[in-house]
Amino acid sequence: MPQPIIEIRKLSKKYSLGTVQHYYTLRDSLSQIFRPTAHADFWALKDVSLKIFPGEVVGIIGANGAGKSTLLKVLSRITPPTSGTATIRGRIGSLLEVGTGFHMELSGRENIYLGGNILGLSHKEVKRKFTQIVEFSGIEKFLDTPVKHYSSGMYIRLAFAVAAHLEPEILLVDEVLAVGDAEFQKRSLGKMGEMSKQGRTVLFVSHNMTAIKNLCHRCLLLEKGQIKMDDTPSRVIESYLKASSSSSSISLSQRKDRDGTGEVRLSFLNVTDMKKNNLIKSFDRLRITMKFQAIKPFSTLLAKIAFSDTLGNALFRVESENLTQDQISDNTFIFETSEINLPALTCLVNVGLFTDGHLSDYVQNSYSFDIIGSTKRGVKSFPNYMALVLIGSKLIK
Amino acid sequence: MKNYTFIIKPESSLALNLSEIWRYRELFLTFAWRDIRVRYKQTILGIAWAILQPVSSMVVFTVFFGNLAKIPSGNLPYSLFVLCGLVFWGFFSTSLSHASDSLVGNESIIKKVYFPKIILPLSAIVVSFIDFLINFFILMVYAVILGYYPSILTLVIIPVAVVVTAFSACGIGLFLSAFNIRYRDVRYILPFFIQVLMFLTPVIYPLSIVSPQKQLIMAINPMTMVIESVRQIFNDRPIIDTNLVSISLISILVSLIFGLWYFKKTERFFADIV
Repeated sequence: MPQPIIEIRKLSKKYSLGTVQHYYTLRDSLSQIFRPTAHADFWALKDVSLKIFPGEVVGIIGANGAGKSTLLKVLSRITPPTSGTATIRGRIGSLLEVGTGFHMELSGRENIYLGGNILGLSHKEVKRKFTQIVEFSGIEKFLDTPVKHYSSGMYIRLAFAVAAHLEPEILLVDEVLAVGDAEFQKRSLGKMGEMSKQGRTVLFVSHNMTAIKNLCHRCLLLEKGQIKMDDTPSRVIESYLKASSSSSSISLSQRKDRDGTGEVRLSFLNVTDMKKNNLIKSFDRLRITMKFQAIKPFSTLLAKIAFSDTLGNALFRVESENLTQDQISDNTFIFETSEINLPALTCLVNVGLFTDGHLSDYVQNSYSFDIIGSTKRGVKSFPNYMALVLIGSKLIK
Repeated sequence: MKNYTFIIKPESSLALNLSEIWRYRELFLTFAWRDIRVRYKQTILGIAWAILQPVSSMVVFTVFFGNLAKIPSGNLPYSLFVLCGLVFWGFFSTSLSHASDSLVGNESIIKKVYFPKIILPLSAIVVSFIDFLINFFILMVYAVILGYYPSILTLVIIPVAVVVTAFSACGIGLFLSAFNIRYRDVRYILPFFIQVLMFLTPVIYPLSIVSPQKQLIMAINPMTMVIESVRQIFNDRPIIDTNLVSISLISILVSLIFGLWYFKKTERFFADIV
């Protein structure tokens, strides 16, 4: 057994709510000498012990505030632990944000050097990789323009291009892939996959279950600062989603980011399997329940539901007929689909309601759910970009 | 791989990790380069601004304190006398204010990447040094125009004065940068503090107008000795009071140790408080 590259022993980090406060003023502190306030403690990490071996790609999931980011911050030495130790046996690079240290006034070229240096690349290394970085970012034409004139997409692409060329033995990544458009996410996930193939050790915090599943060999579930589970990604994700699926319905009628003329308004959407179970598997059929509010009169209504993955790939759609008001009871639609035949991924649902032939209400990402893959434990499946649809098959010989 | 083994623990030593700072020398220079670049990009006047500042103060002070208040200036014309003071005081005060803002100004980086934070206030002093070089050049040109030629001892006095100024700014700057991150109202008090300190330093008047006992107290402020000594470069036989110099050196040492201690003590928690 090789020596672990990261060895964490009973690591804890306490924030007293006093230090969580953004900053103090001298005046406040002076006046507080006379009025001492009670400090509440908050353990962001509590007795975390963990061994990570060279070449492992470890995903970290958990609800907000579970301690995922704190763990990465302690490991990258940004903040000290309150107790416990962590032994790091390798050069560590952290990528907790896209564009750390970029300066708006400086040009793209200057920011490549600045950002690279701040993330731990030497001037020489940046110079050597300069052409690669520029090529990866695709901003050749704007290299000498100050980044304050960049679109947010260009900015993110450049920033990620710099970060993607880090070459530490251990890489800590925090939810940086959540930004950017679908194209960018696809590329950055590809780059992450490449890094893991080169035998680098990666710790990867994400809410993107598909990414975790595709990239990681191992997955940790953090809850209230403790490791709740440490297993294969599919097992950990399944148990995490089971626990959290009840909380994923959002108040749709209150969303403002909608389109259409507004005769009707989508107010509820829920996707389950045929047994009304929130946990959906690769070969399940879906049961979609959808409710709307009628705001203005109309004569016919048509519902279209489009499903895509988080990378923006269109998957499939469900459409109703043109229905008159008499044909709809309780302002509710219930659809039952055929088998979805999809591998493990996060599915986003976009809904369009059409009255009298024109778009009346459209809500993007009105709902999302995860599909649990049916891969056997220990068997690595094809990544989703190679093939998406699973077809039922029988081995006959 | 063994070389990189590092153990993260709750407590850290207060010792200054020089080898680590050396490893981060490139980042130190990068920060300095960035600030110089941004500074001269943002202002339309650019370098002209660095020239205008001491020259305009010199004109104002010469009119009010030299011509109207008739403050003595020894054997130098008042304008040259005050410019000597302003150039070195400018180096000290900009170093100090840049250093104290350096941590707060870079909080987004501190929160996301590890590096020895001490390089931030130190690189701020390097940035001020560039301004100083421009100012010092003006001082020399102006002296020659007036017919005052620096003696050969300039080659000793000026480098020593620069080093002393940098170290004084460093000690107080380290303390203030860390203090500023903890207490954000410090940055509003600082300009007043620097202003007051200027009048307690013989920038616009010679040290000789105060009593010898008070001179000893004023020597606690190292800039007193720096400015007094710099004015001697136009004398063939410079007069430097060694008693006052030793007081200044002790005071620098104390402020440096205190500044470093306070900085190291709070450094590890910067990311939690910013």
